[in-house]
Amino acid sequence: MALTQSDIDLEINDLQNAYDKAVAGGAPVLNHPSRDYAPYRSSVLRHPKQPLVAVNGGDPETVELSGPVFGVTDITEIDNNLTIQHQGEPLGERITVRGRLLDSGGRPVRGQLVEIWQANASGRYAHLRDQHPAPLDPNFTGVGRTLTDDQGRYIFTTIKPGAYPWRNHTNAWRPAHIHFSVFGTAFTQRLITQMYFPGDPLFPYDPILRSVTDQAARDRLVATYNHDLSQPEFSLGYEWDIVLDGPSATWIEEGR
Amino acid sequence: MSETLLPTPSHTVGPFYGYALPFPDGEQIAPAGHPDTITLHGYVLDGEGKPIPDALLEFWQAAPDGSLRGAPGSLRRDPVTGGHLGRNGTDFTGFGRVPTDADGHYALRTLPPGNAGLPYLSVCVFARGLLHHLFTRAYLADGADTLLDALPAERRATLIAAEGPGRTYRFDIRLQGEGETVFLEFQ
Repeated sequence: MALTQSDIDLEINDLQNAYDKAVAGGAPVLNHPSRDYAPYRSSVLRHPKQPLVAVNGGDPETVELSGPVFGVTDITEIDNNLTIQHQGEPLGERITVRGRLLDSGGRPVRGQLVEIWQANASGRYAHLRDQHPAPLDPNFTGVGRTLTDDQGRYIFTTIKPGAYPWRNHTNAWRPAHIHFSVFGTAFTQRLITQMYFPGDPLFPYDPILRSVTDQAARDRLVATYNHDLSQPEFSLGYEWDIVLDGPSATWIEEGR
Repeated sequence: MSETLLPTPSHTVGPFYGYALPFPDGEQIAPAGHPDTITLHGYVLDGEGKPIPDALLEFWQAAPDGSLRGAPGSLRRDPVTGGHLGRNGTDFTGFGRVPTDADGHYALRTLPPGNAGLPYLSVCVFARGLLHHLFTRAYLADGADTLLDALPAERRATLIAAEGPGRTYRFDIRLQGEGETVFLEFQ
């Protein structure tokens, strides 16, 4: 029998209540989703059952404490403007998304690669596997790249993506989001995540967002509308800072 | 150092990264035609042993001389067309990115890492269905090693790539179940 939204809601609520109760009882706050989160059905066979094995990051020769570097050869100057990659203008609500890439000490991550991808304004991805009946936009692919500046800042001009259906259960819809891929100074800090837009009514129904069971952590995935960043008769502005965790060689050097 | 900011949560890479993250020569860390080139390859498998056709693997490693500085140019671009030029043929960036094919297979061509101790590549696994990436290591040799020595024999074996003919190394990644790969967390 096909799973309904109510079936998934029950599972989501059970796991939410269990988490809230555990934290109230003194269990640690979880900043990341559990890899084992059954309401997102694709996770069931794709998460390890053995506990992760800890690697002590105190050894500076640990390869993962350093990481890949990128430079001006790896991007072009217009990669961070997703609205000028084709002959015409894409359809949709033009937006600016900007923010800072920081480590958990609040230090800017400079000169690192930020990559984004997203659906078009109709909620359709430029991908063969997305065949749902919404139009492709010949003037929008939905891929952007940039390097953070010397204060860790990034900025993209794009259009607001639409919500789209998926087949986790009957009538499943993903809230509008932009996928982000970012690197820190250490490979341990690697992060792929999704940025959401404030006030989206689909938040409570989405098992992917709800896989982050901590409300404060979920809130950190939602951008802030910033009217000062909006440009008259041109675009709306959103702000979203990204904070990386994981040890890095920089920390070890500073700790000595 | 005191931590002041809480991290941005991870999310799955989802099914649609294929037109955004992979890039030409992502699997060619070794400069083209380099005589020391090795091939690391294998399958990414789920809890039923089925191949995962929508996983994305990233690799980070020391250069043959042991350097961990890396170099820009993994996804060198053409400023004229916006396309990709491929790597420059001399610099060793230490970074590779490879999506699995429709059969769940990947292949990476690189040079042997010169890190201290046993040579290994750091592997970061992303996939649809995987809510938070996973780290593992592909060791190209067995021997004394702090991490390996702390593992039971059958788990240890999941981190050792098997040397095959023609400078190939086979390294399968099992996300779950029998022979589940050892995944790591860094503290």
